[in-house]
Amino acid sequence: MSRQRISLLQELPLLVFLVLVWGALWQDYSPGNLVFGALIAVGIARIFYLPPVELSGRFNIVLAAVFAGIFLKDVVVASFQVFYLAAVRGPHISNAVIAVPLRSHSDLMITATGHVISLIPGSLVVEVDRATPMLYIHVLNVTSPEQVEKVRAEVRATEAWLIRIMGSKEEVAALAAESSQGVVAQ
Amino acid sequence: MSGDAILDGLTMACLLVGALMSLAAAIGLLRFPDLMSRMHAATKPQVLGLLLMLAAVALQMRSWALLPVLLGAWIFQLLTVPVSAHMVGRAGYRTKHRRPDLLTVDELNPVVAAAAKDLAGDPEDDGGRDRGGDPAV
Repeated sequence: MSRQRISLLQELPLLVFLVLVWGALWQDYSPGNLVFGALIAVGIARIFYLPPVELSGRFNIVLAAVFAGIFLKDVVVASFQVFYLAAVRGPHISNAVIAVPLRSHSDLMITATGHVISLIPGSLVVEVDRATPMLYIHVLNVTSPEQVEKVRAEVRATEAWLIRIMGSKEEVAALAAESSQGVVAQ
Repeated sequence: MSGDAILDGLTMACLLVGALMSLAAAIGLLRFPDLMSRMHAATKPQVLGLLLMLAAVALQMRSWALLPVLLGAWIFQLLTVPVSAHMVGRAGYRTKHRRPDLLTVDELNPVVAAAAKDLAGDPEDDGGRDRGGDPAV
């Protein structure tokens, strides 16, 4: 089974990341070291060939910075929340496994959403269905159906953030249409 | 001199809260009743704890060359922790570690049950098709 090759240009953001990691590891950003790192990066990308990450070609750096701040706050809240629940509720905790339908079919977007919600309060991805696309999430400390709906809305809000940051134009347009109608699509 | 004192104080706070997060993870592992609740305890406080520890290192070393290394360490942690938690949780859900009594809602179980049924039915279907195809060959 042969995989479709992608052009060097599409690979470029990931190669740049690899070179930066190489520079960071040596703590040396001199041109010679970076060129050598770039050679190794290209070599690795050729030898250990993985399915290509399909970037959408747009990235909103301002929204990304705002989201990074929100994310950091959420990580802190999540950590203390888990601490509190572990200390106070402990063995008497009750949880839920819920299905959350996502908007985007892109692998990158599903992965990013899964990563972010695994790290923010109370949720953990148990199962991913790429075809639908659907995330099955284990949520800590859920006792009522209202809380389930709240978590579902939070996950979809997280995905909306990620779409606004780096989703494709079609996804952004769909998101704008959805919010202008004021309908939460299921 | 007082600037150093402030930075030392910040370092101390980072180390203390970071250590507290390790403690939180340990308490969670001990007190939570099932595998998936424990995965929550093993992922979230640990990510924050590591961030604070790395921040403490950065505050003491005060070297711009070191900063990307520390940042890289944390980013790779962010990328790998949810994946490992997902793999453990996914495997745990499908084995004896699922505790339905602890779940108020479970929307995955019907899906897994249906998939398991499909899987059990498939070999027979294929066998039927093979036998049906034989005379033509």
